[in-house]
Amino acid sequence: MTEFTLWDIVRNLLLAARWTILLSLVAFVCGGIFGMVVLFLRTGRSQALRHIARGYIELFQGTPLLMQLFLCFFGLALVGLNVSPWVAASVALTLWTAAFLAEIWRGCVEAIAKGQWEASSSLGMGYVQQMRYVVLPQALRIALAPTVGFSVQVVKGTAVTSIIGFVELSKAGTVVTNATFQPFTVYGVVALIYFALCWPLSKASQTIERRLNAAHRHH
Amino acid sequence: MPLIAITDVKKRFGDNEVLKGITLDIEPGEVIAIIGKSGSGKSTLLRCINGLESIDDGSILVGGVHLSPEESALKALRLKVGMIFQQFNLFPHLSAGGNVMLSPMVVKKAAKAPTAELAKKMLERVGLGHKFDAFPDQLSGGQQQRVAIARALAMEPMALLCDEITSALDPELVAEVLAVVKSLAGEGMTLVMVTHEMRFAREVCDRVVFMHQGRVHEIGPPEEVFANPKTPELQQFLGVAAA
Repeated sequence: MTEFTLWDIVRNLLLAARWTILLSLVAFVCGGIFGMVVLFLRTGRSQALRHIARGYIELFQGTPLLMQLFLCFFGLALVGLNVSPWVAASVALTLWTAAFLAEIWRGCVEAIAKGQWEASSSLGMGYVQQMRYVVLPQALRIALAPTVGFSVQVVKGTAVTSIIGFVELSKAGTVVTNATFQPFTVYGVVALIYFALCWPLSKASQTIERRLNAAHRHH
Repeated sequence: MPLIAITDVKKRFGDNEVLKGITLDIEPGEVIAIIGKSGSGKSTLLRCINGLESIDDGSILVGGVHLSPEESALKALRLKVGMIFQQFNLFPHLSAGGNVMLSPMVVKKAAKAPTAELAKKMLERVGLGHKFDAFPDQLSGGQQQRVAIARALAMEPMALLCDEITSALDPELVAEVLAVVKSLAGEGMTLVMVTHEMRFAREVCDRVVFMHQGRVHEIGPPEEVFANPKTPELQQFLGVAAA
């Protein structure tokens, strides 16, 4: 029987962690872009679109990520689309991230004083122009800290994709455990790697929050 | 032809009928003061003229064009009528110059360099040419309100609506804003202002509208309205204001 050193374990887990990072990035970037679209629908002038966006957000916030993942993976297969675990994981995490980010950002948009909307309206701006030039630049400063904070949830959320066979950090942990029979060591290292990924993000969120709340506001 | 023709306008908030049929014609170049107790519908009327509130009945014509709730019609209207608010509502993330430049560039798609020139001119017109790069939170209330006026002027409106624009100001800052308004009136700008500054209304306005319980209760030139109020409500209002 082969002996595994700690370094063997760590090395293999680190290699798998690349996929966790990549999946997190894809989910966060694509989810951010799609979340922005949902935000515009959610806060826009059309009542029908507002309802659709709200329904979308409530659906994805009200069901477990795991179910969303299953539905993406097996549901798409049912309609004849054979998707790889990687695609299913990316799609599910993107949709999930978009729902949460849209809701976080909606709160930030609504925190902007009504007078800003009225003043920009009275200057002849349309909804998209108001968002682009008046509301979002102000909402951004409030949104930054919770958005970065949410990225921690995305990183941890990627662990769920191990269920459908996508080999990221958690799945690699299982694989390595099965080979080494050292579950405590392996999952300990897995946890440490997750922590190493998430902790700087939490810290960054706190720093941003403190800096933006400081007396100096622009310039 | 009147610049702004308001005919039998009604506005309800739930069960509360705030405007109960307002008819008022405003000629180009006219300066109108709207006075009355709070809750009499003054601000609502002004907000209806600008399309910030929709009307339930009646019609408002601005420059001969009907006010309708469609987005495109509202935008066209707002290019003709500027509005100044009690709370200034400057964009806090932009400098004074940026505040003035934003709308011409975004709405009228004007190029940056000529818009900067225009903004400079407008800020000079309100006596703030030197504050081009200052941010709103570095300006006094009076200065902020003057920037707001410059911002509205940069869109070259046919009329300006002023909604209690000195009410949020410290007393010593009121005069500088009123001086700007007075100079605009002198240049022939059509002004409709809701105000509590009775002396200013008397001095500068062509007509004074006294609103009471959602109706135009009394209307006339200031010397008549102030010196010789006909209705007991106006007498009481002026008595209270003078006291």
